[in-house]
Amino acid sequence: MKILVMVKQVPDTATKVRVQPGSTSIATEGIKWVINPYDEFAIEESLRIKERLGGEVIVVSVGPQRVEEAIRQTLAMGADRGIHVKTDDVLDSQTTAEILAAVARAEGFDLIVTGKQAVDDDAAQVGPLTAVLLDVPQVTVVLKLDVNADAQRLVAERELEGTIEVVELPYPAVVTAQRGLNEPRYPTLPNIMKAKKKEVRVETLEGLGIKPALKVRIVALSEPPERPAAKILTGDPVETAQQLVDLLHNEAKVL
Amino acid sequence: MANKILVVLEQHEGKVRRIALEMLSLAQKLSAGNVVALTFGSQSGETQEILARYGADQIVALKEAAFDQYSSDGFADAVKQVVNAVGSDVLFFPATAWGKDLAPRTAGLLGAGLATDCTAIEAGQDGRLVATRPIYAGKAIATVVIDSPIQMFSLRPNIQPVVETNRAGQLEDVVVTTHSEAWRAKVTAVRAQGGETLELTEAEIIVSGGRGMKGPENFKLLDALAMELGAAVGSSRPVADEGWVPHSYHIGQTGKVVSPNVYFAIGISGAIQHLAGISGSKYIVAINSDPEAPIFKAANYGIVGNLFEVVPAVTEAVRKLKAEQ
Ligand SMILES: Cc1cc2nc3c(=O)[nH]c(=O)nc-3n(C[C@H](O)[C@H](O)[C@H](O)COP(=O)(O)OP(=O)(O)OC[C@H]3O[C@@H](n4cnc5c(N)ncnc54)[C@H](O)[C@@H]3O)c2cc1C
Ligand SMILES: Nc1ncnc2c1ncn2[C@@H]1O[C@H](COP(=O)(O)O)[C@@H](O)[C@H]1O
Repeated sequence: MKILVMVKQVPDTATKVRVQPGSTSIATEGIKWVINPYDEFAIEESLRIKERLGGEVIVVSVGPQRVEEAIRQTLAMGADRGIHVKTDDVLDSQTTAEILAAVARAEGFDLIVTGKQAVDDDAAQVGPLTAVLLDVPQVTVVLKLDVNADAQRLVAERELEGTIEVVELPYPAVVTAQRGLNEPRYPTLPNIMKAKKKEVRVETLEGLGIKPALKVRIVALSEPPERPAAKILTGDPVETAQQLVDLLHNEAKVL
Repeated sequence: MANKILVVLEQHEGKVRRIALEMLSLAQKLSAGNVVALTFGSQSGETQEILARYGADQIVALKEAAFDQYSSDGFADAVKQVVNAVGSDVLFFPATAWGKDLAPRTAGLLGAGLATDCTAIEAGQDGRLVATRPIYAGKAIATVVIDSPIQMFSLRPNIQPVVETNRAGQLEDVVVTTHSEAWRAKVTAVRAQGGETLELTEAEIIVSGGRGMKGPENFKLLDALAMELGAAVGSSRPVADEGWVPHSYHIGQTGKVVSPNVYFAIGISGAIQHLAGISGSKYIVAINSDPEAPIFKAANYGIVGNLFEVVPAVTEAVRKLKAEQ
């Protein structure tokens, strides 16, 4: 199995997001950059498939210099090698998918695994877009994945609102990972040492023949409005409970 | 020129979700008289009356039995054919699990830009629509426009008003060629997940518990309150990780993002990742024994107290209120 894992580096979820005044980007000073949480499930699943069936796990990440750090972390988890498409450009989902599809076409693959969503842009698009650009099927928001190598087919369970859907598909395919799929491993010291020697190939947009032409453009970015100061009730539980219900009924008019 | 909006709808056994009506209402507001609804499956004809009432000028019902079972590649190809047949330049999808799977696949086929999980869409200049979408799970709000000829949006459920406009809702004969035997990803089974009965992302009221609940057995306190309120039950992440409640309860930046009228955070400290997932709530109510808990800074109303005393008292007060109504 040749597995490509698409990994995005994002601000740590503990980050307090500040909008750069008058700009459409966030202030990045002091941000701790981490692997997108859903991509950790993608890496773990890929490593487990490789451990079962043999093959290679290749991590692909698009972004500026700092992204190499994220790739090194995945190599320390056990991925075999990395491809860093280095760019400082602002990209949208389609352009990112075009880049990833170009890399995938050149590399060849049996499976592409991505996160269900990046927790910065919250787009949840890059996986399916990459699939359609490569003309392969997809299954998204996956909680459980079975690979049948003899039949070259996948059986996946995906999460819907209140239900689980079982999807069957042939591969090559794109799978997007949801929390619950597995429990990601931590890098071990020997693997951290080994990771330093593993290959990370750098590619450029020009080299891949891609000129970014954005289809979705952010024209303004703001911080959410502050909530007015809360009415805080203290004292006897029964009295405060009654006051709360009165406020929700008479003032907020939501009960 | 007015936009021609195609509203792509999910339906089950002849029933549509509220989000379907929200999308039709919004489409009618943005482009009165130019709204086409697209539904799938052998029972899709049954929704004609309700779709018309809420804003469908025309309805395309793909009634072939093949459309009874979802296939991302099969459905995306069908949407593309319908877009070409009716000449739509704007597409709306629900930002549900179904729509989130189908919309980007369709966007790729059409070469169209897609803005996902939008909370508002307004008319802009020259037929461009302007969408609002929370990013960083609501820690920032982006305003976006789409520069491709076809503009695509998915809409977060439970936010838009539902307006009756009583349109014609005429069934349009659109012929799509389906080779369902060649569809690749196919749904072969669907089963209930267990856990909550009301879907969190569509609930008007949510009662949510955190580590302060102390153990799984105490969630019955929240079930009782939720029952009185007609609410769904949710949780913070550690509580779901501990297995006190199903994973589907988990709310926050790495769980569900919710937007109810009222969100009750009970025994939840208010970590930034949790707050991100609830910032779209109209009102936030905090019940916590620690007056310094960060949740009180995010709340509209709060009670400082022991939840094991306060929650039953709130349940009782709600029961009294409902009895009077
Ligand atoms: C990458 C990452 C992603 C994360 N994503 C999420 C996410 O999506 N959603 C999420 O929720 N968390 C998430 N977290 C975890 C988050 O950081 C917090 O740890 C978590 O939200 C805390 O849960 P809690 O409020 O239930 O527990 P605690 O922080 O332990 O709070 C318990 C609260 O209960 C109160 N309490 C205790 N006893 C009582 C009583 N008898 N009566 C009333 N109040 C009482 C306490 O005062 C306290 O405020 C994430 C963390 C990481 C690192
Ligand atoms: N710049 C990127 N480099 C590599 N993978 C990416 C990139 N952006 C998105 N992805 C992948 O696509 C998934 C969904 O991202 P998004 O569509 O932005 O929410 C992520 O979880 C990643 O697996």
